[in-house]
Amino acid sequence: MKKDLNLNGAGRAEEPRSKNTLGELLRSQGLSRRSFMKFCATTASMMALPPSMIPLIANALEKARRPSVIWLSFQECTGCTESLTRAHSPTVESLIFDAISLDYHHTLQAAAGHAAEAAREAAMEENFGNYLVVVDGSIPLGNPGYSTIAGISNIDMLTESARGAAAIIAVGTCATYGGIPHANPNPTGAVSVKDIITDKPIINVPGCPPIPVVITGVLAHYLTFGSLPELDHIGRPRAFYGQSIHDRCYRRPFYDKGQFAETFDDDGAKKGWCLYKLGCKGPTTYNACATTKWNNGTSFPIESGHPCIGCSEPDFWDGGGFYKPLSMPTENIAKTAVYTAAGAAAAGVAISALNRAKKNNSNKIHIKTTIDDLR
Amino acid sequence: MIPAQVSQFNIHTGHELTRNVKPILHEIRHALEKLLDTGDSHIIDLRSIPLAPGEENTIVEKLGQGEVHARLDALGSSEIYETRFAGVWLVTHYNENDSIVSRFIEITEVPKILRSQREDVVQAVKELATEMGTDDT
Repeated sequence: MKKDLNLNGAGRAEEPRSKNTLGELLRSQGLSRRSFMKFCATTASMMALPPSMIPLIANALEKARRPSVIWLSFQECTGCTESLTRAHSPTVESLIFDAISLDYHHTLQAAAGHAAEAAREAAMEENFGNYLVVVDGSIPLGNPGYSTIAGISNIDMLTESARGAAAIIAVGTCATYGGIPHANPNPTGAVSVKDIITDKPIINVPGCPPIPVVITGVLAHYLTFGSLPELDHIGRPRAFYGQSIHDRCYRRPFYDKGQFAETFDDDGAKKGWCLYKLGCKGPTTYNACATTKWNNGTSFPIESGHPCIGCSEPDFWDGGGFYKPLSMPTENIAKTAVYTAAGAAAAGVAISALNRAKKNNSNKIHIKTTIDDLR
Repeated sequence: MIPAQVSQFNIHTGHELTRNVKPILHEIRHALEKLLDTGDSHIIDLRSIPLAPGEENTIVEKLGQGEVHARLDALGSSEIYETRFAGVWLVTHYNENDSIVSRFIEITEVPKILRSQREDVVQAVKELATEMGTDDT
């Protein structure tokens, strides 16, 4: 059975998805032009586009058609879906979700088992070549049985669903770079979407979880322009991941002046000085937290007095400790240096030894945060 | 809803931290001059600029409130008012939980969203005709 699923609970199963433009759909709901303009202004802000683009966005969204979206959740904690659904009251932002037809999301939809899978298959068949696949969670290659849905392994479901997709949006650090399941010692052999799918456009929207408006912003961009946004070297949309947390951080002037908090309760911390020495990964982390912020624009971790942990970067979990400054070598780097010192002639042996050491000592490599790290 | 003061936790807000307040005021001044010279409007998205806790409020306070104050009820409320500087408007869009979803400073004679929209007027003609029983549109 096919089912349209709207996050705000308004069922629209009777409306033909691909025939209605967004403008027609919104007007049929009695939405005024002023409301639509408000929606477009907020969408422009959401997409980090200049306000001068608002009329263009209005024009494009007016004519946009609702794409079918299949959302696949693999090895994940559901935090990405939580981030998205918690952030949306049934108003402006959620219109983005009225503007798509979410045909499959096994966490959110009422149907389960074979009925849910039938909805996915029907959506794929009906919209072959045109639907979007959204993925959260990594894919285990170690043993397909580690993660299955309705008896289908994650890798089979991904490759099957990707076949007719126009594009894939990998949401969260697990889907984009393997994330926490991929962290040492990676017991399930977790990999990212792009490690498996190589013949489709993939947009990476990392973060643990990603900022909700970044997820909706990417969807809005696709709806508005019918194309994918410009991506950086690791597949992230530049509009949101183009600048480092550090460069957009309001505490940056303290870094430039050499004013740092040394502990979480010293005078520097109370004055709101830079958290670099407390392990802030802002300088190497690219994300929109510093301007877009969280909880409806309330604040972001650094504003709450905690260093950035770099959750939108590959392998952030194995970065050597959340509370160690970036300038401090990680244990991994120290080991690498030792093997490098073995000399170029022995490079092959060294790499092999490093790999063995990595495997055998994976538990040791996995650094746990202790109370000392906080001092 | 989380009280706004939570975001001020542990931070001294008495002085500018990012030094972005003054450049924004300069941008507004330049845009006002351009509005006079060419009639061109300008919009500043306050969500696109790094601001420390309290700095957005500092900007809002410096701009103050002028003669016109409007409230829009469309997908939640919106507050639109002219600041004490003629031609400088503050447009704040809220969702139905009264959380701010976007905020703009518009340098213009009147923000477009306040004007009656052509599409709505077309609809109004139809509705009025139906109401009067003379639906010949």
